[in-house]
Amino acid sequence: MELLDKESYHIGHLPAQATSHVAGRVLSDIADSDDRIAVFTADLKYSNGTIEFEERHPDRFFNVGIAEQNMVSMAAGMAATGHITYVATFASFLGLLCCEQIRTCAAYTNLPVRLLGHHTGISFGYYGSSHHATEDIGIMRGIANLGVVCPCDAHSFEQALIQTVDVEGPIYFRLGRGRDPDVYTPDMPWEYGKLSVLRQGKDGLIIANGIMVIEAMKAAEILSNGGLELSVVDLHTIDPLDVDNLVSQLESVDKVFVAEEHSTRGGVATTVADTMVDQNIANVELIRIGFPADEYSEIAAPFYLYQHYGLDANGLISRIKSEYKK
Amino acid sequence: MAVDYERLRERANFVRTETIRLIEIAKCGHYTSVFSAAEIISVLYYHEMKLSDDPDWPDRDRFLMSKGHMAVGLYPILADLGYFPKDWLDSYALLGSALGDHPDMRKIPGIDFSSGSLGHNLSNGVGMALGLRLRNSPARVFVIMGDGEQNEGQIWEAAQAASQFKVDNLVGIIDRNELSLDGATEEIMSIEPLADKWSAFGWNVHVIDGHSIHQLVDTFKNLPQDSQTPQLILAKTVKGKGLDFMEGTRLWHVGLLAGKDAENAVAQLQEAEGE
Repeated sequence: MELLDKESYHIGHLPAQATSHVAGRVLSDIADSDDRIAVFTADLKYSNGTIEFEERHPDRFFNVGIAEQNMVSMAAGMAATGHITYVATFASFLGLLCCEQIRTCAAYTNLPVRLLGHHTGISFGYYGSSHHATEDIGIMRGIANLGVVCPCDAHSFEQALIQTVDVEGPIYFRLGRGRDPDVYTPDMPWEYGKLSVLRQGKDGLIIANGIMVIEAMKAAEILSNGGLELSVVDLHTIDPLDVDNLVSQLESVDKVFVAEEHSTRGGVATTVADTMVDQNIANVELIRIGFPADEYSEIAAPFYLYQHYGLDANGLISRIKSEYKK
Repeated sequence: MAVDYERLRERANFVRTETIRLIEIAKCGHYTSVFSAAEIISVLYYHEMKLSDDPDWPDRDRFLMSKGHMAVGLYPILADLGYFPKDWLDSYALLGSALGDHPDMRKIPGIDFSSGSLGHNLSNGVGMALGLRLRNSPARVFVIMGDGEQNEGQIWEAAQAASQFKVDNLVGIIDRNELSLDGATEEIMSIEPLADKWSAFGWNVHVIDGHSIHQLVDTFKNLPQDSQTPQLILAKTVKGKGLDFMEGTRLWHVGLLAGKDAENAVAQLQEAEGE
């Protein structure tokens, strides 16, 4: 059938999406000269762009059907024969459905399994809470041996993939919905395991990762026009945590706002709070801006959900302003 | 080369007597799950599997214990093959030991994959077999599963994947001893008709007596090569095989034979072997 309305589309012709093409392209490029690379998905090759890997390396692509636990365990088994295995599926299914397979088959064994969890946070909008991942950082950072990284755009995701090929042990990549706007330009440094300071300000600090980085940058820009100068840190790597640089950032301000597309319990804010306790940082106020820890999400398209929960630039601005009026 | 059936039988009882010794050190363990599989691992490790002195040899055949609680029976074999010092066995499960009730591949040379949570290792084995195939390795992967474990949904996810990807360097073995922890598998959560289920999932099924050294040797020997089909050996066994008071009861799934009881149990095994 020919589509007549310009807003119509079907799954074979999804609109161009920057980050959702990264995994397929970058992993295929790496695999051109590295025969250890293999990619798995669970009936989502169009959604996560691994179809490009299938086209370029069909012998090393495994579509396991809708069986995510088997996928993670298979990838671990293959990794035990000298391969580096990438599994891609919705973040909600990785962190919750496959938690035990990740812990016992990939992390306990310390095998190079890369878990690409896409459509994280509430980015699935009106698909509802079954498809939301607002607990995944909390789950993953509790698992020994498991790296946790949350790239915010195509450039940082590409860098994360390239830089971690030979990292020992498993890594969880927390990824957005695949159309995340650019934060980094290709010449900007991004280093796995090191936080990125994207903006310097004397009055306070916003720590964010994932989709909240661009919103934090927009908010800081607008607040700057009103005379409030905030630093913005992209705390993309949760584990291994860049403790030294995080401590210096925390010690340079009186207020730190943590903005995350995750429950306020267990995620980035909790990581920062743990660091403050462990490093005896007492004179900094921590304000958590995230998804409510004791709620399940309302139904709406993502744009309206972010607005509703204050997880956009306007929401950040009003929350930050209210904290400075106290 | 002639098969030394007597030696394989003797090694199966070596597994049993060592299991009795090790569990007495730990003060608790899984006797009956080892005893039902003793002939299977004896034939695999002392006859069928291609191994070398190097437990990390890339082309070695792999053995995965999805029923990880039988590990206490495999440790004596691995020590006997020289993969770690025999005196490791003497501190089995004590603080600082590498050897626990469930096996840890990072601590124990010769353990091809960690296990303990039922239902995982067949998936690991499918991935491993595919990884070996990608490397053009001739190695095969043997995965032993419990029968109660057949209740786990992930087993069937792995079963369909092995069939879909035509993994013919994979051999599943089910230790069909008819009992899980709480009682008879058919009373708790029926798994029959088991052979038909595996056939329906596209596996080539071989039903054998899992205590017959001859049948085990012949079945492994005659497994088809390059068949594009995963192989399933449904080994009919007796839980606790070898000790009259343990056979066919759920009560000894976990327990302790101490002092005189351990000596009597070993004596019973030796007597049977002498017959």
